[in-house]
Amino acid sequence: MKISVQQQAFDLTREVEAIRKNDKVGAIAIFAGQVREVAMTLEHYPQMTEKAIRGIVEEASRRWQVMDCTVIHRHGELQPTDPIVLVAVASAHRGDAFAACEFIMDYLKTQAPFWKKEAGRGWVEAKASDDAAAERWNPPAKGVKGG
Amino acid sequence: MKVTVRYFASLRESLGKEEEELELPPGTATVSAVRAHLRARGGAYGEALAEKRLVRSAVNQDMVQASATVKAGDEIAFFPPVTGG
Repeated sequence: MKISVQQQAFDLTREVEAIRKNDKVGAIAIFAGQVREVAMTLEHYPQMTEKAIRGIVEEASRRWQVMDCTVIHRHGELQPTDPIVLVAVASAHRGDAFAACEFIMDYLKTQAPFWKKEAGRGWVEAKASDDAAAERWNPPAKGVKGG
Repeated sequence: MKVTVRYFASLRESLGKEEEELELPPGTATVSAVRAHLRARGGAYGEALAEKRLVRSAVNQDMVQASATVKAGDEIAFFPPVTGG
């Protein structure tokens, strides 16, 4: 498991290559988020951020088969199209990989201490739809398909 | 008892402060009591920590409910709902 909160850019290909080197892995689900339209600054709570992400990944691993997982989240000043976040989940089958990847993203949005400030527009308001997205995983999702 | 209070994002900007050491009056035992104590200062604090405002909190780097207890030496953080990802 790799969790990194960093200012510098990351190499998507290299990160994905790193978690597929296991012959038990049959599926890798990847979410890559990037800055849309407006330059922004991402603030975070350094001592808390990694701890919060680790807790989210551990919860995902309790719910689904997660063989390996990489979460990278950037902070600092970012320009449109700059990558912000990467969640890559390796599992035997796609059902677990998709579900765990989506769960981790939904929880990142509502539980990890990051705040976006858009250039010329100010602080981004939290969306009720993000809370709803995280809320739908409670109680734990059942009947996730293998495949 | 002494605690450290930290502020982030719009809250940090409104208060013009990232962090402060605070001597809490006896009986201030929960996160919401700490918030009320700070709110009672009025001015920017009264505004930024007003009851109608959505303010999230953490104790020792764990996100908690307002009813969470606090003890001497804790690091309590107040911040707006998060917007990462």
